[in-house]
Amino acid sequence: MPAKSRRWFAFAAIAVAVGALVAITAGGIGQNLVYYWGPTEVHAAGDKAIGATIRLGGLVKKGTLVRHPDGSTLEFDVIDRPGAAVRVVTHSVPPQMFREGIGVVVEGTMTDAGHFESRRLMVSHSNEYRAPDDPTRADAKDLMKTTQGLKDGEAKK
Amino acid sequence: MTSGLGRALILVALLAASAGSVVAFATGRRYSIEGARWSRWLAYAFGIAITLANVLMVYALVTHDFSVSYVAQVGSLASPTWVSVVSLWSSLEGSILFWGLILGAYIMVATRMTQQRHPELLPDALGVWLASAAFFAFLLAGPAQPFLTIPNPPSDGPGPNPLLQNHVLMMIHPPFLYLGYVGMTIPFGLACAALMRGRLGQDFVGALRTWLLLPWIFLTCAIVLGGWWAYEVLGWGGYWAWDPVENASFLPWLTATAALHSAILTERKGILKGWTTTLILATFLLTILGTFMTRSGVFNSVHSFTQSAIGPTILVFLAAALVFSVVLLAFRVDTLSADGTLGDPVGREGVFLLNNLLFVLFTFTVLVGTVFPLLVEAWSGRQMSVGRPYFDAMAVPIGAALLFLMGVGPALPWGAANGEQLKRALLPPLAGAAVLAAIGYALGVRSPWTLVTLAFGGYAAQVTLGEMWLPLRQRMRGKGEAFGQAFVEGQLRRGRRRFAAYVVHAGAAVVIIAIAVSSTMGISREAQMRVGDTTRVGDYTLTFVRADDVMEPHRRSMVATVGVSRDGKDLGTLRPAMNQYAREREPIGTPAVRTSLKEDLYLSVMNIDPEGGTLGLLAMVNPMVGCLWLATGVMALGGLMALVPSRRRADVIVPAAPPAVRSGRSDLAAEPTR
Repeated sequence: MPAKSRRWFAFAAIAVAVGALVAITAGGIGQNLVYYWGPTEVHAAGDKAIGATIRLGGLVKKGTLVRHPDGSTLEFDVIDRPGAAVRVVTHSVPPQMFREGIGVVVEGTMTDAGHFESRRLMVSHSNEYRAPDDPTRADAKDLMKTTQGLKDGEAKK
Repeated sequence: MTSGLGRALILVALLAASAGSVVAFATGRRYSIEGARWSRWLAYAFGIAITLANVLMVYALVTHDFSVSYVAQVGSLASPTWVSVVSLWSSLEGSILFWGLILGAYIMVATRMTQQRHPELLPDALGVWLASAAFFAFLLAGPAQPFLTIPNPPSDGPGPNPLLQNHVLMMIHPPFLYLGYVGMTIPFGLACAALMRGRLGQDFVGALRTWLLLPWIFLTCAIVLGGWWAYEVLGWGGYWAWDPVENASFLPWLTATAALHSAILTERKGILKGWTTTLILATFLLTILGTFMTRSGVFNSVHSFTQSAIGPTILVFLAAALVFSVVLLAFRVDTLSADGTLGDPVGREGVFLLNNLLFVLFTFTVLVGTVFPLLVEAWSGRQMSVGRPYFDAMAVPIGAALLFLMGVGPALPWGAANGEQLKRALLPPLAGAAVLAAIGYALGVRSPWTLVTLAFGGYAAQVTLGEMWLPLRQRMRGKGEAFGQAFVEGQLRRGRRRFAAYVVHAGAAVVIIAIAVSSTMGISREAQMRVGDTTRVGDYTLTFVRADDVMEPHRRSMVATVGVSRDGKDLGTLRPAMNQYAREREPIGTPAVRTSLKEDLYLSVMNIDPEGGTLGLLAMVNPMVGCLWLATGVMALGGLMALVPSRRRADVIVPAAPPAVRSGRSDLAAEPTR
């Protein structure tokens, strides 16, 4: 091949490769986003929340925890500061600190039935030294920042 | 007193580094013997001052001197001495101090060696190294001061983050990571110097490769040690999750690995000079990006410390380094003209190019997935992350393709090859591919990508072992040497770099196979149990025997005793635990792992109540994880072998160097060739 056309060929090949790369990456990211939402945002998202991967953060509302007799199914309400609540059903074995009133992050998605189906349950976990969080000022965003070991996509295995 | 002395040392380090950097750059513009000498002395002054500051801090930590702010922050009378020592890098200020120590040590050694071999490049390189040193000394003098005086020292401190004192790997992983991360400053400086001087000769590429290889070995170990630590401590049963901080360590590794390969073409054929330097520059920039991501609190993990003012400062440094690199490349890359041509791309050269393309592609996809959520949050305030499937979807095919090239590349001859040669080189290893894939299939592997990986791995293994064996056979046949003699003479003394590269490849092939198998063939089970209950995971039967409460000085341990048996055969007990540290709200699990090369049995406590006799257990069978740790050791060993300079190289390279650079080595050049 003459040098000139070879250069054009190289340019074209690079352009095609870069274009394909950008398209694949953008598509890959778009399909695999994990949203960090509180109950208010889940309600606001409406049908968009069904099927999307969501990390829902909030407090376990006192008096709403139900342990099913099979031993591994739990149901509880997750609430946020504005008072919005989402019913969560989870099948994972709860971590040591799990109890009513504590901050949790659950990963899963909303179902048509109107509850949040969770595949993974984490107690919010702080690695700074400070007094236990004031439960009256639980903020979903803060909770997300304080979960430790909740690994992306782990639950989907 | 201690604090005052510490602050003084840091001030000395800061002054020495900034003055040294200015003097070195000035010397690079207009050479003078005085300037060169002064810049070297200032480099040593920085190294010594920062080393003394670290010694002082360790002394304060071990003697529990709570009048030093950093000790008051991380020290505790209850900590064992080894915990006190490793507290040096367990929190923000100390970790920057430790960074300074490593950088000081690297700069001192690199200054000495560059002065001996490439004195003409030293001033510019030293200017870059000391500029970086000055920045970290500035952090220690300003936004991240470890030596503040506490007027009314507390009688005791909280101790370091319990996650960091829960396992002995925490002693090893951070130093390796720093040795890898910080070490990338040295090749960065050398590459900048080459650009500024407009010269990247064959001999100098060799030096650049060596200085890149050393931190690469540390970084390779550090990444895997980090995964091992997560596996042994965090209790979720995996070792890699595409977490931003993991990616932060992986990104510079990718570009450094690419650079190590392209440097071979640069050294051999005098081509791709600008490309190799670009990769080295990018590697350094990615280490600073990683430092920003882990030190600024934008991501929360065990690696990120207090939200602090340090983040924006690092971002400014990153921006400055980026602009410097881009401008340097834009204006000077033309000066690094090629000494040769690529030749026919259908041959080993072409595989090197493809390898580089894939590594860059890999870097790009991981970088985008890591940084994207940050950009979205900065732009719109919405929080999200990019899920693991994105990374897996990208990494699996690229990793498999790299493994494929690892087999094809060494099988191909350098330069043009005709059809007959290609056939002879490429067909026989298909046997290895078929055998390994068949073994996998017989053992139950059904995932297509894992089978593909096994086939590529078998191919690469046969080629790699063949390439290791070939020179041995030639020596044994041709010269009639015994195996041992042929091995020492042919592989360890003469062809060491080549042999070492194949050792690294062999390790890497096993690593990729182990990752594929462990991530697709694992079994996991969660069970809520009472004392006496049994559950099964894979071939193992697990019995919850009892739960104990063990009080230790610094923590309360709730230990589950789990009896393990397989096919009716008793395998003893495993004791996963949940530890409650003083001053910590949440308990931290310690998984118990029964490791063998074939598979690990992994038990982790999710919840435990010794009084009530209940246990929430996560049990997993993870195949080939042990091979992963072992094979990384093989990679590191191969890297170390390649690092030892071979005699043959000195003979070949020194006479090839232009006369101007010989000044420091004239003795060697005058030596008669063997």
